[in-house]
Amino acid sequence: MENIIIEVKELNTYFDESHILKDVYLDIPRNAVTSLIGPSGCGKSTFLRTLNRMNDVIPTFKKEGTILLDGKEIYDPDVDVVDLRKRVGMVFQKPNPFPKSIFENVAYGLRVHGNNDKKDLERRVEASLKEAALWDEVKDKLDDSAMGLSGGQQQRLCIARTIAVEPEVILMDEPCSALDPISTTKIEDLIHKLKNEFTIIIVTHNMQQATRVSKYTAFFLHGEIVEKGLTDKIFIEPEDKRTEDYITGRFG
Amino acid sequence: MARNWEEFLVEKVLLLAAISSIIIILLIIGFVIQQGLPAMEQVGPLNFIFGMDWSPSYDIYGVFPMIVGSLGMMALALIFAVPLSIFGAIFLAEVAPKTMRRILKPTIQTLAGIPSVIYGFFGLIVLVPFMRIHFGGSGFSMLTASIILTVMVLPTILSISEDALRSIPLEYKEASLALGATHWQTIKNVIFPAALPGIVTGIILGMGRAIGETMAVIMVAGNTPIIPGSILEPARALTSNIALEMGYALGLHYNALFATGIVLLMMIIVLLVVTNYINYKRKVTVGGGYL
Amino acid sequence: MISMPRIISPHHAQKIMNVVLWGVGLLAIVILIIIIGYILWNGLPQFSLEFIFGNPVGSGESGGIWPMIVSTFYVTFIALIVATPLGVLAAIWLAEYAGESILVKAIRFAAETLASIPSIVFGLFGLTFFVVFLQMGFSVLSGGLTLALMAIPTILRTAEVSIEAVPQSYKEGSLALGASKWQTIYRVVIPAAIPGITTGIILGMARAIEETAAILYTVGAALAIPMSIWDPARPLPLHLYILATEGVSLPNAYGTAAVLVLIILIITISTNYLVEKYTKKMMGR
Ligand SMILES: Nc1ncnc2c1ncn2[C@@H]1O[C@H](COP(=O)(O)OP(=O)(O)OP(=O)(O)O)[C@@H](O)[C@H]1O
Ligand SMILES: [Mg+2]
Repeated sequence: MENIIIEVKELNTYFDESHILKDVYLDIPRNAVTSLIGPSGCGKSTFLRTLNRMNDVIPTFKKEGTILLDGKEIYDPDVDVVDLRKRVGMVFQKPNPFPKSIFENVAYGLRVHGNNDKKDLERRVEASLKEAALWDEVKDKLDDSAMGLSGGQQQRLCIARTIAVEPEVILMDEPCSALDPISTTKIEDLIHKLKNEFTIIIVTHNMQQATRVSKYTAFFLHGEIVEKGLTDKIFIEPEDKRTEDYITGRFG
Repeated sequence: MARNWEEFLVEKVLLLAAISSIIIILLIIGFVIQQGLPAMEQVGPLNFIFGMDWSPSYDIYGVFPMIVGSLGMMALALIFAVPLSIFGAIFLAEVAPKTMRRILKPTIQTLAGIPSVIYGFFGLIVLVPFMRIHFGGSGFSMLTASIILTVMVLPTILSISEDALRSIPLEYKEASLALGATHWQTIKNVIFPAALPGIVTGIILGMGRAIGETMAVIMVAGNTPIIPGSILEPARALTSNIALEMGYALGLHYNALFATGIVLLMMIIVLLVVTNYINYKRKVTVGGGYL
Repeated sequence: MISMPRIISPHHAQKIMNVVLWGVGLLAIVILIIIIGYILWNGLPQFSLEFIFGNPVGSGESGGIWPMIVSTFYVTFIALIVATPLGVLAAIWLAEYAGESILVKAIRFAAETLASIPSIVFGLFGLTFFVVFLQMGFSVLSGGLTLALMAIPTILRTAEVSIEAVPQSYKEGSLALGASKWQTIYRVVIPAAIPGITTGIILGMARAIEETAAILYTVGAALAIPMSIWDPARPLPLHLYILATEGVSLPNAYGTAAVLVLIILIITISTNYLVEKYTKKMMGR
């Protein structure tokens, strides 16, 4: 395997007493797309949100095990969550732009990290919007509210907002599930473009999407990883019966 | 058929009950205006509102000092209460752990429920002597009244602001945190601005409560009907003006007190219209998004 | 706001704000403890059988407050028997029958205005309408009716919210069995909303018990126990106001204040209990 950026070992997570993730081991290769698939409620979102410590906001959340980002445990007491989230960005299932202007949405992350130079902000906002393939659609209305954009545009705006902070990893939790097919295609194209620069982990319910966008795949079931590896391998000749059932839609 | 009749009757009875609010409001406004108008006419509305002198024994009625008194106490109280309430609301909505919330929520509720005459009594017995010792003068002053009013409007502004903060979708918060903003940056730059219209509504309701308060103010403000030279001097509110003199007012004086009531009513209605406008605007802007 | 020059790092700002926010939260608790504590500390020692159940001597220099307790009970009772049906029925209409017409908007605006009119203006109205125009005189009835007007919006709003909170599925279940709209409302909707409606009535009651300005010129100020609704009376808050501002008796003022505070505390605690129980029930626990 190539260069590994995130190493997850013996991960167990809980909400109160309920045991969600069970003994999860997973290596995430750098600058590639990894898909997480599995039936609803199996813990994919929980896993994703553990990687940028988003679950910290949920008081009942507990975790055991190791998660190394570039060899450094991200739950160590000396790790600053804020820095971690700068390095590990996240795009949510429902597009969630702030109720601010398009420009301010993209500038937000830069501003909270101390960038106040107007020229520099403008340059970076433009670059991020271009990278997110949204620039041509919004360049004349940067001061309009982001809430006026279509769902697909909003989601690309959220991606632009995330890459503006220049993270190393981008977590995407079913980023297309609220979008129409055309918007979905645009986001998938975008993912292809971004994978050279970023490590992307994407949760998806759409098997085709997993095969289209990702090089690696991990299959979750009831909080455990049943099978993981190259996407082509998993979808063409799965080793586990349960994986096969799931990807062929024979799953209950 | 009998059933249809019953349904019909019930609906009309319910409708009647609902309409009673309108009838009561019209009656209140009608009667207060009817009793107050003679004074407004005789004195002249402008002389009444902007007159600097209130001397019933000479049949001179100008309520401007009381308008200044009411607005001054309200403004001072808001200067103290707004930051306290907003921080308190942020604390409750975002920071306080569960046990703390379980203590603080009933605390705020109880503060809201304490009778105004108790606030006035406490002010009279504890705060007035305290102010006299530390700031000189009689201790009865605009500032003293504002401090009591601060505690009285705090629960109103705080609980409405908390509701507004809580109603902001979690997605905004998560989006901001996911970009590496600190919790406080998230509150300051995302949650608070989004909740602002609701918070402003709370502040306006607090204004209404401060302007309308009678008993607590009467007991600590000193009640001299002249514009105070400083916040440490006594002042009289519009409400107090009515309550103090209604007991012995006759003739034009009696009408002038109702006219004072008209001025109060106008202030409250302006505040209400502003709140409704804000709520309307809020619905329109939020309705534009996917929320 | 965001573009302020960065004097302190976000991390320090976070720490400072945590301290400020905790400080404000604790301040609110301290204020409450001081006020309630002070009143009870000075008032409870005045309590005795004679103080609670005795008649005042002179104009209240000594003796008890029984007539004031009775007066408070009477005016509150009148306020509630008038305001409860009006408030609850209006709430049912608004929640179940009203659409989005001008009339509905007008009713809502009226109720809202009613809720924000200063109590002294209610007092003015009570004086000119009940006392003078309807010739009820300074009496328990005039005071009680004035308080009723103030309690209506409180009851209405709380009841409306709780009726609206009744799940649509309950209603559909009943309607599907062939029940009429009104049958559904009074057999299904109202029973489900009862805890909320009760809360509204208790809140209206609290408003009536504590109100002073609105009764200042409507109930009179008699020291004797009112024998009928036409007699003048002196409810507790009015008594406290007179004792305190006319310097009649500080110990008795403390005692009266403590009685009022205790009543309000009991009301607050019991509404909280009701609401909590209700939410638990709704959550199916
Ligand atoms: N905040 C929470 N508190 C308690 N339990 C939770 C919480 N969030 C998730 N869970 C539980 O954890 C389990 C895994 O949830 P998770 O959201 O990770 O599933 P998922 O695989 O992302 O499902 P989906 O495909 O539907 O998004 C579920 O059983 C869910 O009920
Ligand atoms: Mg999920």
